[in-house]
Amino acid sequence: MAFLQLNCISQTYFSKRSSTTALEDISLSVRKGEFISFLGPSGCGKTTLLSIVAGLFPPTVGSVTLSGELLKGPHPKIGYMLQQDYLFPWKTVKENVLLGLKLRDQQNDRHISKTFSLLKEVGLEGTLDMYPTQLSGGMRQRVAFVRTLATNPEILLLDEPFSALDYQTKLKLEDLVSITLMEHGKTAILVTHDIGEAIAMSDTIILFSKNPGRIIRTFKTPETLKRLIPFEARHHPDYSMMFQQIWEELEQIEQNDSE
Amino acid sequence: MNKTTVNKTHAEYLQRLKKEKRNVVFVQSFIFIVFIGLWEVSSNKGWIDPLLFSSPKRIGFLLMEKLTNASLFSHVGITLSETILGFLLGTLLGTLFASLLWWLPFLSKVLDPYLVVLNALPKVALGPILIVALGPNFTSILAMGILITIIITIMVVYSAFINVEPNYLKVIQTLGGSKLHCFKEVILPACFPTIISVLKVNVGLAWVGVIMGEFLVAKQGLGYMIIYGFQVFNFTLVLLGLLIIAILATIMYQLVEILERKLIKNR
Repeated sequence: MAFLQLNCISQTYFSKRSSTTALEDISLSVRKGEFISFLGPSGCGKTTLLSIVAGLFPPTVGSVTLSGELLKGPHPKIGYMLQQDYLFPWKTVKENVLLGLKLRDQQNDRHISKTFSLLKEVGLEGTLDMYPTQLSGGMRQRVAFVRTLATNPEILLLDEPFSALDYQTKLKLEDLVSITLMEHGKTAILVTHDIGEAIAMSDTIILFSKNPGRIIRTFKTPETLKRLIPFEARHHPDYSMMFQQIWEELEQIEQNDSE
Repeated sequence: MNKTTVNKTHAEYLQRLKKEKRNVVFVQSFIFIVFIGLWEVSSNKGWIDPLLFSSPKRIGFLLMEKLTNASLFSHVGITLSETILGFLLGTLLGTLFASLLWWLPFLSKVLDPYLVVLNALPKVALGPILIVALGPNFTSILAMGILITIIITIMVVYSAFINVEPNYLKVIQTLGGSKLHCFKEVILPACFPTIISVLKVNVGLAWVGVIMGEFLVAKQGLGYMIIYGFQVFNFTLVLLGLLIIAILATIMYQLVEILERKLIKNR
């Protein structure tokens, strides 16, 4: 049985004048431990889909099930990481990363020390009493990553978490996130418009078209790339091949759109 | 550039800053002394009517007299307590009400036009009604101080509440937080600087409300002292009242500013 299952999801937005269909008939299943990317042009509804999986609002049509159980609202097993860090500037790093535990009433010694060791894992053990404004962009995003992991979710939803960072920081963070998720055996869904990032990080890439958002194709990353960390994967010959393939497919979508 | 030259230019820079500050203070005190001096002289020489504009010396003597027979303290005490209570309660109740509006969007939509009207209305015009309803006493003057501050507090704080970055709330929701968590962990702390700055505005507004209220009903307080001085044509008393209000209002404003700096140093 699939771990996470999306069944025929459609999402329509209503306004006074019109209704817009953002997503149409999305069905897919995610295995435990799998890393999936949603790739597509901006406006294809991939962030909307992520919000639905996060339980922030129910889809107009369709359903999401987690281990066979119907999803209603935010679930403790699902963590969500946004495009920007959105650390609370009035809270210290410590208060920020422990927030999830506080909200779920799980602030016991075991969970707290586990969170601190996560912070150490991402190389930020000395920042506990600092405020977010004292940290660099890459450090802040790492704190946000730890904040998401602190409540020990099994699925991580990553909404373009590297897009606000400079290129070098982005590459380093890709490796860090990829390795950490692998080590802890997490399932992940990454939303991105960066083809390279999708190939380097994921096992499966799902290509979306826009107006309305539909699944166009599903790519499986070759085993040779899956084994490598993202930075090394980017230098493998299979990477360029796959890049080419996805690039052409995206061009095709764009042509169809303009016709 | 080597270290010694850097140190030297830095020292020169500090010197310049110090000099500028000294000049500003000098001109400020010069203006003050000239103003007081000119006032005293023109009052003595009869260039201005001493009956209407009094003179610094006479105000000073009156102050001494009132301090020695202690009749000033009850006036100051009563007005000060009305003002402090007025602006604290106005800010507190206004913030509470704004929270209620945030919690119940339907209520905020319903009340919107009423708030607009109340905000546009000069609150002191409600004075007579307050006196009839609450009686000519401390309560109705306090009510005036609260009324004049609460509406603007509600509007400013509520608009700060609804303009908090929605993604912060998204973070709380995905971490499993409730609406109360959203309010406690995000909305309130994010709007703390706004609330403090409203407090600053309200210091000034509460003085308006309280003095106005005392004009209308009081038998005590600085507003009463001013209106009494006006009625018996003792303008030295009027000006003394004014002077004391100016000093107290400035001190209160400064205190709130110190509080502000202490509370939001991490932003």
